[in-house]
Amino acid sequence: MAVMRYREALNQALREEMERDENVFIMGEDIGVFNGAFKVTAGLLDEFGEKRVRDTPISENTIVGMGVGAAMTGLRPIVELMTINFSLLAMDQIINHMATIHYMFGGQVRVPMVVRMPQGAGHQLGPTHSHSFEALFLHVPGILVAVPSTAADAKGLLKSAIRDDNPVVFIEHEYLYGQRGEVPDDDDHTVDFGQAAIRREGDDVTIIGISRQALTAEKAAETLAEEHEIEAEVIDPRTLRPLDLDTILESVRKTNRAVIVEEGWPHGGVGANLAALIQAQAFDYLDAPIGRVTGADLPMPYSRPLEQIAYPHEPQIVEAVIATFRDL
Amino acid sequence: MADVTQEERERAEQRELPDRDAAREWLEAMMLIRRFEERAGEMYAKAKVGGFLHLAIGEEATIVGAVRAMRDEDYLISTYRSHGHALSRGADPNKVMAELFGREDGVSKGRGGSMHMFDLEHRFMGGYGIVGGNLPLAAGMALSSDYRGTEEATLCVFGDGASNQGTFGETLNLAALWDLPVVFMVTNNQFGMGTSLERHSAVTDLHGRGEGFGVPGLRCDGMDVVDTYAVIGEALKQAREDRQPVLVEAITYRFRGHSMADPEEYRSKDQVEEWRKRDPIQAFARKLEEEGILDEGEAEQLDAAVVKTIDEAVTFADKASFPPPESLYDDVYVLGDQVKGWYSVDERSAGVHRGEQERELAEQDRGPQDEYGDAVEQAQREDVGIEKATDEAQADDDDADEASAGDEASGRGRGEDDD
Repeated sequence: MAVMRYREALNQALREEMERDENVFIMGEDIGVFNGAFKVTAGLLDEFGEKRVRDTPISENTIVGMGVGAAMTGLRPIVELMTINFSLLAMDQIINHMATIHYMFGGQVRVPMVVRMPQGAGHQLGPTHSHSFEALFLHVPGILVAVPSTAADAKGLLKSAIRDDNPVVFIEHEYLYGQRGEVPDDDDHTVDFGQAAIRREGDDVTIIGISRQALTAEKAAETLAEEHEIEAEVIDPRTLRPLDLDTILESVRKTNRAVIVEEGWPHGGVGANLAALIQAQAFDYLDAPIGRVTGADLPMPYSRPLEQIAYPHEPQIVEAVIATFRDL
Repeated sequence: MADVTQEERERAEQRELPDRDAAREWLEAMMLIRRFEERAGEMYAKAKVGGFLHLAIGEEATIVGAVRAMRDEDYLISTYRSHGHALSRGADPNKVMAELFGREDGVSKGRGGSMHMFDLEHRFMGGYGIVGGNLPLAAGMALSSDYRGTEEATLCVFGDGASNQGTFGETLNLAALWDLPVVFMVTNNQFGMGTSLERHSAVTDLHGRGEGFGVPGLRCDGMDVVDTYAVIGEALKQAREDRQPVLVEAITYRFRGHSMADPEEYRSKDQVEEWRKRDPIQAFARKLEEEGILDEGEAEQLDAAVVKTIDEAVTFADKASFPPPESLYDDVYVLGDQVKGWYSVDERSAGVHRGEQERELAEQDRGPQDEYGDAVEQAQREDVGIEKATDEAQADDDDADEASAGDEASGRGRGEDDD
């Protein structure tokens, strides 16, 4: 095991997969000479050259579409969008093309590509630069969606994403880039999609945390144990498509309570979807309504005190868990 | 109204004709498209074909001239008006018709329909329903050809309407910036759906629009298959040998409405008649006869053979099976060790289901195949009300629909988007 930052783990994954397969290449805005807006691609241009590390103009829709065309004809492109906020400009290519082509043409052609981008609030970037959009991508059949929260998962899932024959939306997190974690040394460390991680075991309540919120949920679980004698089981789904619903259901059947935590908006959110799936399959096991903690239902404000209360922190999770124990 | 200049027309007139075999094959290929489209229209009126149907009648020379200038290893990518592109590239007419009929044996297994034809074997990389959506894909294919060190080129076809999409500028810039072997062919049929060129574009010389992006432009007479062949051939050569993307504007005119649901209030019957005088198939046949390349009566023979092919295609399509319901979730994902299935909830399944188990679940629920096929056809007929003999009747009906509901989603009286 080596300890490294999340961004370094991603960088390793890119480097190893580019070494492994010459058809893997990366393109995006300022990923080469600038070394990446968040330094995830640092050093890759020097190592692999301009053919395989391509700085692009600011044309998100077309960059993604070119990735699709290249993927249809034998390459394995990785497209970096500087942040998830700009993916909205590329939605036509992501949904109408990348996600759809394999099905629309009767399985004749595959689209093995990865669109990587970070999300998340907390840096005072205001309404257009603080989005969390996992729910938007979860909504779309035909793509896989990864939301790694640790350095080890960032590396392992990215390597799996690059090797998979499906198009993958790979959602990183701006806050997590600087976080350190242990990462297996093995060159072949991959993490399969569709396998949730149980971050903490507990018998009293299941907390499902998405992206960064898996970490926040872990912290909340420690507080719950220390201050409220509640032992929470914390699950990080790691991928939303495919979803390891079995692990979540097994936990809920044991704890009889569930709280879902995400940074995105509440309406049509990941939690809304998960709550529907859980109640459909484990209704009889639930002792309380499923709790949800989400980002506030508004465009993200700039001012720090407002921003801080507009996305989930530990106290809100603690409160939501305690609410599931109140007499109904 | 865009048109070639007198000078360009004279240049087209003087172009060398292909040899006898090629000339006959080109004529036949154009006739195949014409007859295919006519029959598809009839089948639409009989409710054998659902959804939208965009016919390329009048635009045959832009298709055959361009496709015959390509090499086998080149990629072709087109729009939602793409039956002709699929056919010219070598797709089996039976399978193209079966796709229109929504059958399992269709080129896209009944998943795509009229707007989404595809034939990987012949490197026809698809028809696409989103106007301008195919340009980035084309540049990506050209990037791939370049990356792999091949001599392949990509021909990207779109309409005048698409030249106003953001992807047009974005893609031309990237193609020129990265020296990609791609030719952009704007089939200027004078209208983006019902909006004429002058009403949708400030600059109507579309072939000049690439210059600001580093993509030089050429223009051809899209009613002349020989001129189209020559100009696209020159553009492909530049793309392939000089790594210089080129924008080619083919001037043409669609004789029929934008789709079957088009009352054509945006243009006069006289205008249509004027353009019909330049019918690309008649013009080419006449020229071949004048030059002694085609014997008298030979054109009729070719046409009769093509009609027979289309008859067979209709018979094939009609006999082909509808995709069984248990195939509904096939090919949403490439399933494997990592992705075994995905949890889903939809109105079809009462509870939560996983994609990979859907085949078994659905199979249990359905009756015999014949009953299923009959039920589908009946539903399609009910969808249009009664069977209609002609698409003019269809258009009348659509007018009525628009007056009352004008609802895109109700049956067939549908409005539509560009080109």
